[in-house]
Amino acid sequence: MGEQKAKKTKSVSIQGYGMFIALIAIFIVFNILTGGKNATPFNINNLVMQNGYVVILATGMLLCVLTGNIDLGVGSIVAVTGAVAAIMVVQMKIAYPVAFLVAILIGLASGMFVGFFISVLEIPPFVVTLATMLMGRGLTYTLLKAQTVGPLPDNYVYYAAGFVPSVKIPFGDGHLDLVSIGVAVVATLAIIFSEMHSRRTMKKYGFAVPAFFKSVIKVVLISGIIWFFFFKLAQLNGIPVVLIIMFIIVVIYHFVTEKTVAGRQIYALGGNAKAARLSGINTKKVFFWVYTNMGVLSAVAGIILSARNAAATPKAGEGFEMDAIASCYIGGAAAAGGIGTIVGAVVGAFIMGILNNGMSLMGLSTDIQKVVKGLVLLGAVTFDVLSKKKK
Amino acid sequence: MSDIILEMQHITKEFSGVKALDDVTFKVKRGEIHALCGENGAGKSTLMNVLSGVWPYGTYSGDVIYKGEVCKFHKIKDSEEKGIVIIHQELALSPYLSVAENVFMGNEQKAAKGVISWTKTRTNAKAVLARVGLEDEDVNIPVFKLGVGKQQLIEIAKAMAKDVELLILDEPTAALNDEESAKLLELMLELKKQGITSIIISHKLNEISYVADSITIIRDGKTIETLDKEKDDFSEERIIKGMVGRELTNRYPLREGDDYKIGEKIMEVEDWSVYHPEDADRQIIKNVSFNVRAGEVVGFAGLMGAGRTELAMSLFGKEYGQKITGTIKMHGKEVKINNVKDAIEHKIAYTSEDRKTYGLVLIDDIKHNMSMAALRRYFSNHGIVDKNKEILKAEEYKKLINVKANSINQEVGSLSGGNQQKVVLAKWMLAQPDVLILDEPTRGIDVGAKYEIYTAINELAKAGKAIIVISSELPEIIGTCDRAYVINEGRIAGELYKEDLSQERIMGCVMADNRKGDA
Repeated sequence: MGEQKAKKTKSVSIQGYGMFIALIAIFIVFNILTGGKNATPFNINNLVMQNGYVVILATGMLLCVLTGNIDLGVGSIVAVTGAVAAIMVVQMKIAYPVAFLVAILIGLASGMFVGFFISVLEIPPFVVTLATMLMGRGLTYTLLKAQTVGPLPDNYVYYAAGFVPSVKIPFGDGHLDLVSIGVAVVATLAIIFSEMHSRRTMKKYGFAVPAFFKSVIKVVLISGIIWFFFFKLAQLNGIPVVLIIMFIIVVIYHFVTEKTVAGRQIYALGGNAKAARLSGINTKKVFFWVYTNMGVLSAVAGIILSARNAAATPKAGEGFEMDAIASCYIGGAAAAGGIGTIVGAVVGAFIMGILNNGMSLMGLSTDIQKVVKGLVLLGAVTFDVLSKKKK
Repeated sequence: MSDIILEMQHITKEFSGVKALDDVTFKVKRGEIHALCGENGAGKSTLMNVLSGVWPYGTYSGDVIYKGEVCKFHKIKDSEEKGIVIIHQELALSPYLSVAENVFMGNEQKAAKGVISWTKTRTNAKAVLARVGLEDEDVNIPVFKLGVGKQQLIEIAKAMAKDVELLILDEPTAALNDEESAKLLELMLELKKQGITSIIISHKLNEISYVADSITIIRDGKTIETLDKEKDDFSEERIIKGMVGRELTNRYPLREGDDYKIGEKIMEVEDWSVYHPEDADRQIIKNVSFNVRAGEVVGFAGLMGAGRTELAMSLFGKEYGQKITGTIKMHGKEVKINNVKDAIEHKIAYTSEDRKTYGLVLIDDIKHNMSMAALRRYFSNHGIVDKNKEILKAEEYKKLINVKANSINQEVGSLSGGNQQKVVLAKWMLAQPDVLILDEPTRGIDVGAKYEIYTAINELAKAGKAIIVISSELPEIIGTCDRAYVINEGRIAGELYKEDLSQERIMGCVMADNRKGDA
């Protein structure tokens, strides 16, 4: 193969950044449509707080989608776990950490329940999770006696509506939080360092390295988004606690899917379950843990949602499974399984969030919002499928 | 030239700048069986897709002249209306529909517009099936209950129902056993008598020299030559010469001298019995005992359905069957193997006969496929994948066994069959097994790639691995193996050493065993 001799610079495809570009484009469009309202510090903060739980659910859902399936029960588990935690704290006066722990254990148990039916009894995930969706919702209404339970105490609510301690200095007409700025500085340095490190490793092993200016563009683009974001947060109350929780979860799952054997096994299973089995992968075990994990993350989202509302409601989390699934697909995951990334799912979740938020600011009704979201989902996946076909 | 039914003139077809067909000319006489030969990727399928309208008129240059008129097919339906029907390698039957429904799929027998007449469907199906020798078949049973051989015949019946005049068969015998293949070839000759013209694409050259009246050979998208049964030499060697462009003096690389050292017994299987996974009373493998030594290539010969794949899969972590009894010894010590992971840990590897379904993740790239079986053991630390090592090893093995691809990041699904098989082989080589069981390692791949696979097998044997080759092609067993077990109806029907290996001896063992079984 003469044409590929010693090709040391690698081209960076636009597709990898396509989602980011779409995200920025949608944000700018709404910025124009809302006359800049969506870029206020207050609204940026809202975006994070409103989408925290969808992002968390989307990370878990991505694993299910990678196996070629979905989990429909997510919204109901969110409701049940939120309800249990709220009842324990409000009605039984139990300390909130214990309530959180119990909620998470319930999530774990429900995930294992689903996992057992799927992996051991080989019942199709669609059916099993449709069942948990119905059961979970029914249990929530029963537990809450169809009433809202609240208000929740401040220390509970802190996890969804609170902020990391801030150091404020006067700035222009308002103030600026130094902690946020500090985080932005550290993040920027980390990005520069990791890009340099990966270039060095590529060189060391003699792999193709992207052109230097491309690395610069990448670093500037990502840092730009981070600075914009944290600067806005700094002008309000600083860093929301939910952002930290979200960040930790996304980092963990990104690492698991990209760098671990367990993650690779999920991709292999989704790509071809029979071949994965004959390569020594225990596919039943993979299924079991993917769905168990989804249960745990649903519980985390359930706690955060109840904290944000400062109450548990019977209708909490309704339709969240659809938002999480849509986030994965918008983020480039394949419905047949085997293809998709955590970063994609997170970006997908934010695209949905920006759409919701922007349309609310424009004063569009939630009915119309659903139509638009549906169209965006269809459009994104159609674009993805067609562009792959062309290749 | 009234006896020419089809003429394809100066056909050129490009795929994003690459010429898949380059000025191909192809003539078929009315009433003949015309074989189309060439290595994988030579352009056979593309040419047939142009003919049948899969690639619509305008996407290629040149003319398709059928029965004296220039055809401008835009879709498959257009060519079918003219009586041209193509039967692909992958059968296009709907498994849960009945035989009759499948025969008239897309061509439903109607009582009124849009309403199916079941009486017509059934009676007409019977009539059509009689023409392909299936007059006794129950037309109401679902197709999946029939064997592949019969399914293939139903495909042909389906074509007959469409009043076919030109029948194109793409690798019709690839999935059939010898007996079924012979039947199919006889049917082709019978159809010829009925006046149907056929084009056959096949890698099985002995079948082609038996059945064809003319052979057109394509290589690298160009027509090389057309051979005529009356005038030319129709031997396999002659066809291969045309296909590869040179004389291939030896289809099996030799092993000799220092390369050739057979050592200790590595794997010994004793008294191995397996029952059918769904039928606990049906014994599939019957008290089989065998062994393989280091540096030895051992063949499992036998007809399709003899139980060779079932034997291999049951050994490989009990992936087939139930009520499995017997012992496996590795290096003289008895081992317990209950799942694939155990098998890999005891250094056994198995490559499936169906690489696309059981061997590869087609949507993933070469490097991930190669590392799949060895990921935890050799490519990770505490569960974290060492991606750099993965890339380096994938590059190394891509070169080592000559996988033809742009890079290790290429999707496996886009590779040719031969290169896919090499990726499967690399995957198991990377798992560093002592015993490799290769199930039909060269099925459906071309002569050149076969040679490379055989070379790789020899290299593995040279490195002291024990190799088991399961193959339905007897010449392959004879050409590659040091020793072979003949397997028949789940039993070992004989054991032959290299000097005794011949088609006659192998078939002799099968016959003798059959007589014993009947008695």
